[in-house]
Amino acid sequence: MTLLSTRGLSKRFAGLHAVENVDFDLPQGQVRALIGPNGAGKTTFVSLLCGRIAPTQGTVIFDGRDISRLPAHKRINLGMAYTFQITSVFANLTVTENVALAARRRLRGMAMVQATEQALAQVGLEGRLDQNAGDLSYGHQRLLEIAMGLVQHPRLLILDEPTQGLADSEIEGFMALIRSLAGHTTILLVEHNMSVVMQAADQITVLNFGQILAQGSPDEIRADRAVQAAYLGTG
Amino acid sequence: MSDRAKTVLLHGGLLALLFALQFMLPAYHHGNLARVMVLASYAIGFNVLFGYTGLLSLGHAMFFAAGMYGMGLAVQVFDAAPALALVAGAGAGLVVSGVVGMLALRTAGVAFMIVTLMFAQAGYLTILYFGSYTRGDEGFVIQQAQRILWGIDLSDPTNRYFAAFALFASCLLITLWLVRAPFGKVLIAIRENEERAMMLGYDVFAHKLAAVIVSGTIAAMAGAVYGLLFGYVGASFASVQYSIFPLLWVLLGGAGTILGPFIGTLFMFYLIDLSSGITTAYMLVAGVALVALTLFAPQGLAGAVRKRIWRGLP
Repeated sequence: MTLLSTRGLSKRFAGLHAVENVDFDLPQGQVRALIGPNGAGKTTFVSLLCGRIAPTQGTVIFDGRDISRLPAHKRINLGMAYTFQITSVFANLTVTENVALAARRRLRGMAMVQATEQALAQVGLEGRLDQNAGDLSYGHQRLLEIAMGLVQHPRLLILDEPTQGLADSEIEGFMALIRSLAGHTTILLVEHNMSVVMQAADQITVLNFGQILAQGSPDEIRADRAVQAAYLGTG
Repeated sequence: MSDRAKTVLLHGGLLALLFALQFMLPAYHHGNLARVMVLASYAIGFNVLFGYTGLLSLGHAMFFAAGMYGMGLAVQVFDAAPALALVAGAGAGLVVSGVVGMLALRTAGVAFMIVTLMFAQAGYLTILYFGSYTRGDEGFVIQQAQRILWGIDLSDPTNRYFAAFALFASCLLITLWLVRAPFGKVLIAIRENEERAMMLGYDVFAHKLAAVIVSGTIAAMAGAVYGLLFGYVGASFASVQYSIFPLLWVLLGGAGTILGPFIGTLFMFYLIDLSSGITTAYMLVAGVALVALTLFAPQGLAGAVRKRIWRGLP
């Protein structure tokens, strides 16, 4: 079953075609990586999906429903969660409160407290509950972002460059986390780290100049000449 | 001691102290404190929007005046009983803040400040325009006979103190509950990072509008009670000065703290009161004190306590 699809999705910024005529289908339960060179339109594309920016043209369909005109908060309430590429946490609030804010969308009382603790334990931040989020290291703020996504128990989790700034050991923890979610949570992963992409993703979509250049399994993408030329390097 | 116990002790302690002071204060300070409590309630309303939601309105006098005139005109023109007049005042504030909120919240940042300022100015001019009812700048007096609420004469200093205390205590407790409830935490989230709050699935506009309405209605309630307790309704309360006052009080006391508005109002009131006893240039003294506080306690008095002593201060 297809959870999310787009048809003819386009975004132009003053003549620049950031995303152009993209038809995209994401089946339920899949881990999909979205890769491409800098400026390929990856963040613009996922922002169109979750409603942070409005498309110039095209439709977004989530769970069989056209959500192109819904404001962002309503899309989130349908079961999307989005983590920002540029870390965007509540810097002056505690780590716990950051996650609790995300959890309160669907839970109250003890269930909310437990879900919050669990999400923080999942990303390995259980020792920093009362710190201000702004005092965390950059890598830990990235993990906090992921915890805020996880605690929403989304049907679609959009992660925009989650491993950027993480240490190698933290990346391994992140990979384990993705594996544990695989199957029941559909994940769209924008990622630069190729080893993460190749290991974590079921399928890969390559964007270049706002258009889909290639799509396929990690092995197919690795072997694709056009992708190699545009992105992976021929050496 | 748990955060909850400390919160109850601190805020309950202040209310108990204010209640007890009624029996101890000399007449002059007794009257002052009643006035401070009503004005602090106004500041509490302002703080809901400014301190907790992060929206700076420069037009709150329009809400204060909406309450005051809603109450005053009900008494003066329709001969309403005080209880009904207070309801009319709060209702006027509710309607005005709802309408102004719907329009002003289409803007953000500096534009929001300017739009609220302009609305308040329009409100002030409206009061002057309908001078035959409002008596404009001159205002009108609410007679002692019109100020008897459920058989209690509100022009009597003791009754007045208790009425002011009742208003202040309700505003304080309501906002204390509000900012600790999930709704209040969303307001704080909007203040801290609006886009993030939206991307967690919160309807930011609806929450901001609710904050404007809560804030405006509390301010209106304070305005209505002020008119009733002190027996005077006038256009000066709708002027820009009365929009700036709550901002000053809240900044001094600590924006985004429950006790800040009261501390700031009390401090400013007595600063002007004491310095005007010493020199005619009392605004100079007030100005120097403001500058010093801004330098050494930029988060206000209660904000400094939160920063240095107790981070969990609500």
